[in-house]
Amino acid sequence: MYQTNQYEGMIAETVTLQGHKGDTINAYIARPLGAGPFPGMVVIHHAPGWDEWYRECTRRFAHHGYVAISPNLYFRDGHGTAEDVGAKVRAAGGVPDDQVLGDLDGANKLLRSLPYVSGKVGVFGTCSGGRHGFLAACKNKNYDALVECWGGGVVMKPEELTPKRPVAAIDYTKDLPCPMIGLFGNDDKSPSPEQVNLHEAELKKHGKNYEFHRYDGAGHGFFYYDRPAYRQEQAMDGWKKVLAFCEKNLK
Amino acid sequence: MCTMITHQVKIYGRGKSGQEWIEVNEANVSYDHPYGMPLEHALNIDFVNEAKGPAARVAVELSVEAARELVKTIQAVLAEADQQGVLEDKHQAAAAG
Repeated sequence: MYQTNQYEGMIAETVTLQGHKGDTINAYIARPLGAGPFPGMVVIHHAPGWDEWYRECTRRFAHHGYVAISPNLYFRDGHGTAEDVGAKVRAAGGVPDDQVLGDLDGANKLLRSLPYVSGKVGVFGTCSGGRHGFLAACKNKNYDALVECWGGGVVMKPEELTPKRPVAAIDYTKDLPCPMIGLFGNDDKSPSPEQVNLHEAELKKHGKNYEFHRYDGAGHGFFYYDRPAYRQEQAMDGWKKVLAFCEKNLK
Repeated sequence: MCTMITHQVKIYGRGKSGQEWIEVNEANVSYDHPYGMPLEHALNIDFVNEAKGPAARVAVELSVEAARELVKTIQAVLAEADQQGVLEDKHQAAAAG
């Protein structure tokens, strides 16, 4: 916990990294000043885009002692405001899972190459990013902790699969190699409380190390202070639990 | 959730973006998270011209009820114009060159 007589400094900037198939993409990275070592955190943006909330979220992790990086998963779709680029990707039905996993892998590798990053790296994602985070943890297998916030589409029916989202992430549960924390709003429609139950049952079945927190009076995206979905009390409690989980598993 | 419910349709038209009128050749219709409406989901229509980049976009975000009313109203206006014999299919005329 921050103390008022404590020194604090941070550097945050846009960088580039090698993503899927070696493509250059950009990313936002924030870290505390100092030699470290600090654990790393990959921050995955939601489907509406690589917007200001994720930059602030990236800095928030840095404020709490992590080298955090948020890759721009829509880099290949052109540049403009986050909204305009997000709308373009929305019209195209999102970005392919393989490409996202490749970009996340690039962000992970960049973090692990930095001299001030400890050997531990976590992944944090919200909404579609929650699903991407779960898939990345299960398939890339290079994370030490997973924070999934209301991952939409972790549980999917076969008829809901598309060429861009060809797998139901829940099918990879057995491969999850790290502890995870999940935050969900009980008024959410996706994931619905029933889907969260299925998600949890699968984790339990495979003996995974997980903790789920479900909030009454909250729906989808209750951390987003820029959306009507924001729920102050639930969001503050959720952040407290996320940071405690990260402290325990990454520091 | 991100519904990913989206359809695209080729169109022939113009849209006003800021002070400028731009040619729009595609409408992207989705039921998903809006950017401006204070709703979790909305019926979003982006009139775009992909060749001009992501900023060439005229966007509207509608509540479900508003979207349904708009569809009915467009159909009613077109039916009335058809009845009066004043419909001009400029799209076909343009395509024919």
